[in-house]
Parts: sequence; C-alpha cells; structure tokens
Amino acid sequence: MTETTSSETDHAGGKRLLSYLGAHMREYGLLIALIAIMLCFQIVTDGTLLRPVNITNLFLQNSYIIIMALGMLIVIVGGNIDLSVGSVMGFVGALAAVMIVEWNVPVSVTVLTCLFAGIVIGAAQGYWVAYWNIPSFIVTLAGMLVFRGASLWLLEGQSVGPFPQSFQMLSTGFVADLIPPLGDAISAVTGDKRVNGLAMLVGLVSVGTIIWSGLRVRAQNKAYGIEDEPTSFFVARNVIVAGAILFLVYKLSTFRGLPNVLITMGVLTLIYAFITERTTLGRRIYALGGNRKAAKLSGIATERLTFFTFVNMGFLAALAGLIFAARLNTATPKAGFALELDVIAAVFIGGASMSGGVGKIVGAVVGAFIMGVMNNGMSIMGIGIDYQQVIKGLVLLAAVIFDVYNKQKQG
Amino acid sequence: MTTLLEMREISKTFPGVRALDNVTFSVEDGEIHALVGENGAGKSTLMKVLSGIYPQGEYGGEIIFDGATMAFSGISDSERHGIIIIHQELALVPLLSIAENLFLGNECATNGVISWRETFQRTEGLLRKVGLREAPQTLVDKLGVGKQQLVEIAKALSKEVRLLILDEPTAALSESDSQALLDLILELKAQGVTSIIISHKLNEVRRVADTITVLRDGATVATHNARTEKVTEDRIVRDMVGRSIENRYPERDRHAGEMLLEVENWTVTHPEHADRLSVRDVSFNVRAGEVVGIAGLMGAGRTELAMSLFGQSYGRNATGTVRVRGETVDISTVGRAIKAGLAYVTEDRKALGLILDETIHKNITLANLAEVSRRGVLNSHAETRVAEKYRQAMNIRTPSVFQRVVNLSGGNQQKVVLSKWLFAGPEVLILDEPTRGIDVGAKLEIYNIINDLSRQGKGVVMISSEMPELLGLCDRIYVMNEGALVGELAAKDASQERIMSLIVTE
Ligand SMILES: Nc1ncnc2c1ncn2[C@@H]1O[C@H](COP(=O)(O)OP(=O)(O)OP(=O)(O)O)[C@@H](O)[C@H]1O
Ligand SMILES: [Mg+2]
Repeated sequence: MTETTSSETDHAGGKRLLSYLGAHMREYGLLIALIAIMLCFQIVTDGTLLRPVNITNLFLQNSYIIIMALGMLIVIVGGNIDLSVGSVMGFVGALAAVMIVEWNVPVSVTVLTCLFAGIVIGAAQGYWVAYWNIPSFIVTLAGMLVFRGASLWLLEGQSVGPFPQSFQMLSTGFVADLIPPLGDAISAVTGDKRVNGLAMLVGLVSVGTIIWSGLRVRAQNKAYGIEDEPTSFFVARNVIVAGAILFLVYKLSTFRGLPNVLITMGVLTLIYAFITERTTLGRRIYALGGNRKAAKLSGIATERLTFFTFVNMGFLAALAGLIFAARLNTATPKAGFALELDVIAAVFIGGASMSGGVGKIVGAVVGAFIMGVMNNGMSIMGIGIDYQQVIKGLVLLAAVIFDVYNKQKQG
Repeated sequence: MTTLLEMREISKTFPGVRALDNVTFSVEDGEIHALVGENGAGKSTLMKVLSGIYPQGEYGGEIIFDGATMAFSGISDSERHGIIIIHQELALVPLLSIAENLFLGNECATNGVISWRETFQRTEGLLRKVGLREAPQTLVDKLGVGKQQLVEIAKALSKEVRLLILDEPTAALSESDSQALLDLILELKAQGVTSIIISHKLNEVRRVADTITVLRDGATVATHNARTEKVTEDRIVRDMVGRSIENRYPERDRHAGEMLLEVENWTVTHPEHADRLSVRDVSFNVRAGEVVGIAGLMGAGRTELAMSLFGQSYGRNATGTVRVRGETVDISTVGRAIKAGLAYVTEDRKALGLILDETIHKNITLANLAEVSRRGVLNSHAETRVAEKYRQAMNIRTPSVFQRVVNLSGGNQQKVVLSKWLFAGPEVLILDEPTRGIDVGAKLEIYNIINDLSRQGKGVVMISSEMPELLGLCDRIYVMNEGALVGELAAKDASQERIMSLIVTE
C-alpha cells in the first residue's frame, strides 16, 4: 500500500470514529458525566466522596431510588408515568412498622404482606390507566395524595419504630465474607488492615463477565456484519468500567464488604436489563410506548401490558419502602416525600423520552447515580438544600436539552 | 417563458445514504412540473432542500429562485419568498376549525386580538377558490382526506404563493377527489401559480404536467417537455426503473381451492354513534389461492369491515360468524385473529402500521415475536436473519436493517409493513390500499408477492381504490357501498363501468 492510500484510510477511520461518537454521544456522554461528577466532588471534598465508608453510604442512600427507577423506566418506556411511588413507598414502610412494632407480626410475614400490598396498589392504579384509558398522570396524582394520607392515618401522625434487628438487615446488613483467604492474600499485598475476599471475588467475576460478554457480542456482530463500536472505543469503555468496578469493590472490601442492598440492587438491575433488552416482553413494552395503536394492531395485548407495568412498579415501590424503613429504622409520615421526582428525574437523565418507547435500564441506573452522587457530594460540602434543589433541577434540564439537541443533529 | 427556479448540482447525504447526487432541476414560470421516480429516488428530499427544511449548509449545490441565489434558513424563510410545500403527510390540526387552520401562525389579528369576521370572510373566499363547500367553522377532523387536501391548498393560497409544491397530493384520494384536485391545480396555473407535483400516478402526471422530470437513485435521468413531445407512460416507466415493464399485472394460474375464510352476516356499529351501522350484514368468502377484491368509494366501509374483522379493531358490537377452513373462529382480539390465520395490512402505515422510531428489523418481527424467540427470550441473530431475508425479497432500499423506519422513503416504509405481515405467516392476508404511494416497479413487486401467496394456497383480500389494479389482479371483486356489499363480479365479467354502475344504482 502506498503512503497516500494509508493516510486516506486513516482519515476515513478518524471520520468513522467521529460519526460513531456522534451517533452514540448519549451513551458515552452519560458515563463520562458520571465519572466527571465523581472526580469533581472527589477533589472539592478532599477525597471524602470516595472513602470506603462514604461509598458504602452512597449505595445505601440510593438503593431505593435505583430500585424504583427500574420500575419507573418501564412505566415511562410504556408511555405512562407514575407520580405515586414516593407516597406508596412511605405507605408500605408505615404498614411494615405498624405490623411489626404494634401488631407483633413476624418479619417474614410482614415483608411478604407488604410486597403483596405494593402489587395490589400497582394493580389498582394500573387498572384505571390500562382498561379505562384514564391518563396515568391523573390516576397516579390521585394515588400520590391517597397514599400520603393513608400513611398519615396508619401512623396516626407519629413516627413508629424501632424495628427488630432482622428487619434492619434488609438495608444495613452486609454479606458475610465467605472466602477470607482471598482477602488475606490481597491485604498482604496492599497492606490494608482487612480486605473482604467475597467482595473482591464478586468484583473480579463481574468484570470478567462484562468483558467476556462484550467480546462475544462483538464476535457475533462481526459475523452478521452489524456496524460495531470501533475497537478503540470498546477497549477504552471496558477499561473505564472495569477500573471503576474494581476500584469501588476494593474500597468496599476494606470497609465492611458488600451491603445486602447492593446485591439486591445489582441482581434486580441485571434482571430488568435482561427483560427489557432480550425478551419479547421487553420488546412489546417498547412497541407499546413507541406507537400504541400499531402495537395493538400487531397483536400485542396493550391493556394487559400497561397494567403489568404498573403492577411491577407497585412491587418495586413496596420493596423500596421496606428498604427505606429498615435504613431509617423507623417509619415516619414524611417518608418518601417528593421522592417520585428524584426517581423520574433519574430516568429522564438516563435518556428516556417523555413520549415513551425510548430508554434503557442501565441509563436509568446511571442517571440515579448521577443524582445520588450530587446529593451526597453537595451534602458533604455543606451546600444548603436550597442550592441543592436548584442545581439538581438545572442538571435535569441540561441532560434533556442535550438529548433533544443530539436527536435534532442526527435528523 | 422565463425560468422561475433553478436548482444546480444539489447533493444531500444522510448517514449511509447519498439521497441526492448532483441533481439539476429547473422550473419555468407558470408551468406545472411533475417530478417522478421510484420510491427512495430522492423526490421528497429534493423538495425539502428547496423549501428550506434542510437549510443552507446541510446540502451541496445552489438554488436560484426568481433570478437570485437563495440560502434558506428554514421553512418560514422559503415561504416568505412564496415557495409553499404541501407534504406527503397532511399537517393540519384536527381539532381546530378550517378557518383556524388556514390562518394558523398567520392570523388576521391586530395586537394579537383575532378578528373573526375578517378571518371568516377571507376563509370563505379561499374556500370558494378551491371549490370546497364547507363552513369555515367546521372542524378539520370532520372532513375526509380529499377535503383536507383542499384545505391545505387553500392554506397555501392564503399566503403569497409563487411556487406550490405538492408531494403526492392524490395518494390518499379517491378517483373523483383526485380529478377535482387536478382541475384545481390547472385552474391555479391559469391564474399564474407555478406548481411542482410529485406523483406515482402516471396517468395524472400525463394529464396535467407541462414538463416531466425523472429522478433515479438521486440523479436526474430525463426531462421531457410534455407539450412538444408525446410522452407515453411506458417511456416514463423506462426512465424511472431503467427498463421497460412489459406487463403491469403479472399473470398467474387461477384456480380456487378449498374454502378458507367465510364471513357471514357481519354487522358492526359505529364506535361513537350507537344508532349508526358502519358495516351492514356483509357476507363474503375467500378460497385458497384466490385473490378477492373489494371495490368501493372512499368511506364505503371497506377499511371498517377489514378492521372490525381483525380483532375488532374498529367499531362496537360486531355480530356475525367468521369461519376459517370451515371452523368458527374467535377473532375478538388482534392476537386471536392472528392465531386464527388473519393478517391486516393497514392503509395508514404511519399511524397504525409502524413504530417509526424503531429499526426496520424490530418492526418486521413485531407481529411474530414467537418465531424469533425461545421461551420469551429473543434471538437477535434470528431476528437479523429474518429482516435481511425480507430486505432482499422485498427490495427494501436501505443501507441496513438497523435503520430507523422514519428515515425510509414512503414506499419503502410500505414494504416494511408488508414484510411484517408476511412474516406473521397468515392464511388470509387482508391488504388495505397496499400500493398507495408506491412506484410502478414496487407495485409490480407487490403484485408478484400477491401472486406468490396465491400460489402457496393462501387467500388474499385486496381493498383498493385503484380499479385497474383490482381488475388486473383479482379473481372476484365484491363491490361495497355505504357499509353493505352491493354486488359480486367474477373477473371476466368485471369492468370499471360495471363496478361504478353497481355503486350508483344502489
Ligand atoms: N432523515 C433521513 N435519514 C436517513 N435517510 C433518509 C432520510 N430521509 C430520506 N432518507 C433516504 O433518502 C432516500 C430518498 O428519500 P426520499 O424520501 O426523498 O424518497 P422519495 O423519492 O420521496 O420516495 P417515495 O416515493 O417513496 O416517497 C431514501 O433512500 C431514504 O431512505
Ligand atoms: Mg416521498
């Protein structure tokens, strides 16, 4: 090959990278934004943000938002919205408190009952939306008021607590270290006082799985001639993601190991990512939000599907309510107040579209972390709640403007 | 005559597609200029460049209008110069009145206070001009597509129009509405309005056009002066597709097999008016290997009949029996209708047929996800394979099946809808205006697909407003009027006159 042709192909390659970046700006942008925000706060908080104890805290603080964001993403992709989740979460926490503390119901029975209550609440709201075509905004606005009132009534305006140890474990518990030798081996190298072996193992395994499955998809895409991420991007993205995971896990392992909620959250995220991306159920939800009439004429049971998205949301809101109550170790009438807004904001920051049919689970989770890190970082810095709200609002607006701008540029 | 518009060496690229490649196009003052070409040839794109929808900087080349070089920054900019485009898809606000739509964004107002008297007066004048007898207060969604099209033209006339661009104005219109519209364009020409008309109906093009420009694959291949030379349809077709098409309606062996679909006494109530019947006591049948046509005017109830059969997607209180292969089937939901072996290709592909923001491959598999999944888990490679297969079989013009459907040209979108329903593997396929907005070559492809289905022993029900198409393709033709069947003709006895007389004598 002569000089000129090789530089021409270089040029074409550079152009391809740019156009690829342009087309996928959204996904990379989100990841870059999260990392940039974390680095920023890491610097201005003098390293407090990424201390092991604070990382643990970050997960504990945001777990319930992330769990609800999973359900909210599905509701929003399906073309609806749920404003009631904050109230439902508070109500379920109150129900748990009353059952355990005042009626002495066993914890396991309480947990099951509360989850079931969430499902029933979701079904009650979904019924009107799905089968009566009442706008979800209105139905769930009503639900928000109803369940806010209901938790006040249940708790008689008081805080109820504390919970027994076994219930608190839902949120504040940690997974026991099952393989101390690995931790000991690592601590021998790093010189830490202690390292949780299980946490490190989970971290290593998940990094391995992410890279392996990424490579597998690439190989398959190549075989089918699908346009793929340029190699340099693939490598860079995986290095960043793997580095971040290993870093976080290492930090966690030098503290108390893996929090129970982190496991719950991780497993749920995987399940929902799988459902939305790989199953017919997920595909149908995207179709429903993309064009309801066309979906219906394709044989999709749109009513039942809409109903399901709300039932699912109710279930996840109940789970979040239990975790929240367990974390505070008390149920208060104000629990979950205005939290629906954080959840919805997380989903939109994560790239979902108001009109439905667009959005990803991973996006919603990253969106929730962006909100969470900002909350946490700003609190450490001692920024007042007033400014916090203003900044969060602006970030939401900026993210959505970025989205729309990107879409327009692509035509 | 002077040249009103000259577009020089226009190029426009989308990711992966070179839609326009150095197109040169010029329009004389006061003429009707037809722009024809296959689906995806770049006609709409060229007009979007002209009207500033793709502004200066997004395309290459030069636009000279009325002697001056133009650099439009947007559609309002080109409108100021009198270039008005009426899109392939109508853009009226359904719940506003005719008058409100006409002056939307251009209200007869002083200091923001609308003068309704003036609005109505001017509306009446404009409606008279386009020959539409409706009150200015009538809501647009109460009008049929034909009348809506006239409102669009009246709206164009309300501005100072020098050059009127009509992108497939008659695609959704009935025969008589189309004629009225073409007459109107001729009349406007007499008043000095220059028009560019895009159409796949070559007989209409021949009727009104002074000049015909043919685009193929994003380039101008021919310009004919229809006043000085006699341009035959065959000639245009040859330019469009690069070869001549011998037989517009391909032959097939006609033999009807066993009974596939029987509909008896099918009656459906209007969804809003409980006392109105949209479909009255309709009985018809389709045998294996048969292509059965349903003729009728717009609003005859053909779409209503088809959609009510397909999972009661239209209307209320459907009564009657439906049998597939002799057995009564439950078709009360779309899912059940599909399971019973029916498929319905809608006439309104954008609103009812496609998920525009999704990719081609996701649209094609949507009605038959079971086939590309196991226990509810999708096999993305099976999906890609299926989509590729249909892309080739249907000749869908796109760089890849991962393109979003919204980026396809109208005709190629139609092929995606058809692919979706072929993949669902029905026994009886109901096609509602399947060749609307489709070029001659693609029409032939669709006719061939219909013949293939018939050869495989499937039944096809074809609803079409183009009678030559029904006559060329069908074994039997049912004629429908005001929700009821008014006659049935065997192919050899049928003619346009007989069909029309059945409709009229009713
Ligand atoms: N926004 C877009 N993004 C990507 N490709 C596009 C876009 N718009 C048009 N195209 C492509 O450009 C080509 C020309 O499309 P265009 O709509 O101009 O065709 P057309 O001649 O009007 O066809 P039809 O008769 O089917 O309406 C097609 O291949 C189409 O897929
Ligand atoms: Mg077009």
